[in-house]
Amino acid sequence: MKKSIKRIVSLAAAGVLALSCLAGCGGTTEGNGNGGSNDKVAFDKDFKVGLICLHDENSTYDLNFINSLEAAKKSLGLSDDQIIIKKNIPETNDCKEAAADLADRGCDIIFADSFGHEPYMIEAAEEFPNVQFCHATGTLAHTENKDNYHNAFASIYEGRYVAGVAAGMKLNEMIDAGKITAEDAVMGYVGAYTYAEVISGYTSFYLGAKSVCPSVTMKVQFTGSWYDETAEKEAATKLISAGCVLISQHADSMGAPTACENAGIPNISYNGSTVDACPNTFIVSSRIDWAPYFEYAIKATAEGKKIDTDWVGSLSTNSVALTAVNEKAAAAGTQDALNKVIADLKAGSIHVFDTANFTVGGSKLDSYVADVDTDANYTPDTEVIKDGYFHESEYRAAPYFDLRIDGITTLNEMY
Amino acid sequence: MAEHKIKEPLIHIVKRNRIPMWKTWLIRLSAILVALVVSGLVGFLLTRSNPIRIYAVMIDGSFGTERRIWGMLQNLAMLLCVSLAVTPAFKMRFWNIGAEGQVLMGGLASAACMILFGNSLPNGILILVMIIASIAAGAIWAFVPAIFRSFWNTNETLFTLMMNYIAIQIVSFFSYKWSVPKGSGNVGIINRDTHAGWLPVVGGKSYLLNILIVLGLTIIMHVYLWYSKHGYEISVVGESENTARYIGLSVRKVILRTMLISGAISGIAGWLLVAGTDHTISRNTAAGRGFTAIMVAWLAKFNPLTMILTSFLLAFFEKGAVEISTKFGLNESFSDIITGIIIFFIIGSEFFIQYSIKFREKEEK
Repeated sequence: MKKSIKRIVSLAAAGVLALSCLAGCGGTTEGNGNGGSNDKVAFDKDFKVGLICLHDENSTYDLNFINSLEAAKKSLGLSDDQIIIKKNIPETNDCKEAAADLADRGCDIIFADSFGHEPYMIEAAEEFPNVQFCHATGTLAHTENKDNYHNAFASIYEGRYVAGVAAGMKLNEMIDAGKITAEDAVMGYVGAYTYAEVISGYTSFYLGAKSVCPSVTMKVQFTGSWYDETAEKEAATKLISAGCVLISQHADSMGAPTACENAGIPNISYNGSTVDACPNTFIVSSRIDWAPYFEYAIKATAEGKKIDTDWVGSLSTNSVALTAVNEKAAAAGTQDALNKVIADLKAGSIHVFDTANFTVGGSKLDSYVADVDTDANYTPDTEVIKDGYFHESEYRAAPYFDLRIDGITTLNEMY
Repeated sequence: MAEHKIKEPLIHIVKRNRIPMWKTWLIRLSAILVALVVSGLVGFLLTRSNPIRIYAVMIDGSFGTERRIWGMLQNLAMLLCVSLAVTPAFKMRFWNIGAEGQVLMGGLASAACMILFGNSLPNGILILVMIIASIAAGAIWAFVPAIFRSFWNTNETLFTLMMNYIAIQIVSFFSYKWSVPKGSGNVGIINRDTHAGWLPVVGGKSYLLNILIVLGLTIIMHVYLWYSKHGYEISVVGESENTARYIGLSVRKVILRTMLISGAISGIAGWLLVAGTDHTISRNTAAGRGFTAIMVAWLAKFNPLTMILTSFLLAFFEKGAVEISTKFGLNESFSDIITGIIIFFIIGSEFFIQYSIKFREKEEK
C-alpha cells in the first residue's frame, strides 16, 4: 500500500515535471543531467532504449536493473520518453515478440535481464540487424558472432568474496566470544540451481570467509527456482536447524533474509541491502550495478561504435558494489577490512580463485578445462587455470566456475 | 397478529422469465460498456491521462502494428484452443480444472520428441510423432482423474487440480535435466540450428498455421457438440446423470470418452505452444491458460463459436492493458486490475439476465 502511494506520488511528480519541462525548457534535455559522466553524448531526439524484464519491481533482481537504467538515464541526460521498459516478460516466444515490438517502436538498443531470454533475443537480433541487442547473464554471444548481439556480466564473484570476508570475521567474533568452537563455524547457503553462476558465487563467498577463518565449512541447499519466497525461507530454516550459524543466499526473494531475522542468525545478503527488513541480522550485501554497462552500451550505440561481444564489469568499473556494513550485526572493524580486500582485488594482488587456496578431492588443481562454449553435451573446451588461478569471466562474460571444492557440502543437487 | 404486518424489503430479486435474445445481448453489451467506463476511470486515476487516450492506447496494443495484430491473434488462438479442450468436460458438468497440467504434459511430450529424435527422424515424421505423443500425453493426464471419478466417484475438481501440480513438477524435473548450459534449469530453444520438429511457417506468417489449426478445431468441436450423438449424450449427462441412466446411456463410458477428448485437445494446445510458438518447454509454457480457458468457455455458454468472441475479448484486454502498463510506466498488476474489472462486469451481467431487481412500490397510507 505504502509502495503504491509512493508510486502514485512519484508518477504525479513525474507528470508535473514533464509538463513544466514542456512549458519551460522547450524540449531540450541535454546538459541538465547531474554531472554523472564527463563527456556528454548528443542523443538524437528519437533515440530510444528498451529494457525487457522477467518480473517487475517486486523482484529484487529486476528492481536492480530498473534502478540502474534509471541512473544511466539521468547521467546520460535521456528523457523519460526515450526509455521503454517491458515488465513481466516470460522466457518464451513472448520475449521475442517484446523485443520485436520495442524495435518497431524505434528502439536503437534493447536490453534483456533474464538468462532464459537469450535465445529469443538472438532471434530478434537476426530479424533486426540495425538494432543492438544486449543480454545480461547470457553465454552465447561469443559463439554466435553477430555484430548486434552482445552479452554482459560483472565479476560478482569478487563482490561475494568481499562479502565472504565479512562473514568470516563474524564467525571469528563468535569463536572468540566462546559462542561456538572453531569446528562449529558452519555457514549455510541457499542457492537457486546447481548452475555455474551459483557455484561460482557460493565458492567465492566461501573462499572469502576462509581467507580470515580457516576452519570454516559450508552447506548448500538448492531451491530449484530463482524466485520462490517459500522455498528460500524453508531452505534457510533447514540450514539453520542443521547447525549453520551464518547464512547467505543466491536467489531473489526475501525468503532467506527473513528466515535469518526470525531466527536471529547473521545474514549476508544479495542484490541490495535488506537492512530495513532485517535490522538485527543483516551484515552486508553485494550486488551488480548495471548502470555502468547501460551507460557504456547506450553511449556506444549513439556514437555508432562497436559494443563488446562480452562485457565484464568489475570493482574498478563500479559494476560490482557492496552496500554499507550494518555495524549492529557485523564484527568490529569489518568496513576497514573490506576496504582493504577491495583495494587488493582491484590491484590484482589477490585472486579470488587462487589455486593455492582450495582443493578438489583433496588435491590442488593446476589444470581445468571448462565448458565455456555452450553446447547441449556440456563439452569442456577451454583451459581456464593459468598463472596459479582460475580465470573466471575472462573467456566469456557469464561465470563458468563449476568446480566442487573441498569444505563445501551440497545437501541436495537439482533442487 | 393482524397488526404485525411483514414489511416488504426495499429491494428484492426476482427470477426472470425467459427474456428475448436481443435483450440479453443488450444487457451484455451495456455491461462491457460500463466495464470500459470503470476501467477508463481507474486508468485515469492512476495515469491522469485523458480516458479517451487510454482507450486509444488499449486499441493500439492489439492493432497498432501488423506484428501486434498477429501477436493478438496468436494469443487468441492459443487461449481458444485450451478453451475448446475444457468445453466438452464442463458441458458434461465434469469440473476439469486440470487443463493447465494436460497442456504442459502435451508440450513436454513434444519437447521430448524434438530433443530425442531431432537428429534421427525426417521432419515430417518427427512432427507426426510429436502430434501423436502430445495427444496421448494430454489424454492420459485427463483420463486418470476420469477413471477415478467414474469408478470410485472421487472429486474430479481436486483430482484434476492435483494433476496440475504433478505435471508442473515433472516439467521442472525435465527442464533441469535438459538444461543448457548445465544446471541453469533452462532448456533454451530446441533445435535452433536445424529447426527439427518446428511447425513450418505458412505464407510467411509465423503464427498463421497455429491459427488455422485452432480455427479448424473450433468448427469440428462445434459440430461435435451440437450436431452429433456424442454431443447430445454429453448434454444429457450434464443435465442429469440419473436421466442419462434412465434412457440407457452408460454414464461411465460418456465420462471416460469425453475426458479423453478434453485431454487430447489440451495435448494439441501443448504441441502448438512447443512446436509452433516457443520451441522450448518450461513450467510457464501453459502460462495460466488452463484456468483462463474456463472463464472463456463459461462466458460463451460452452458454444465454441461464441468462444471465438470471448477469447478475443480476453486477448484484446490483456494486450491493451499491457500496452497501458508500458506506455504509462505502470506494472503488470494494472493489466490484472483491468482484466478483473471487465470479467467482473461480464459475469455480473449474467446475473441480470437471470434475475431482475424489483423495488418496493410506494404504499398508500
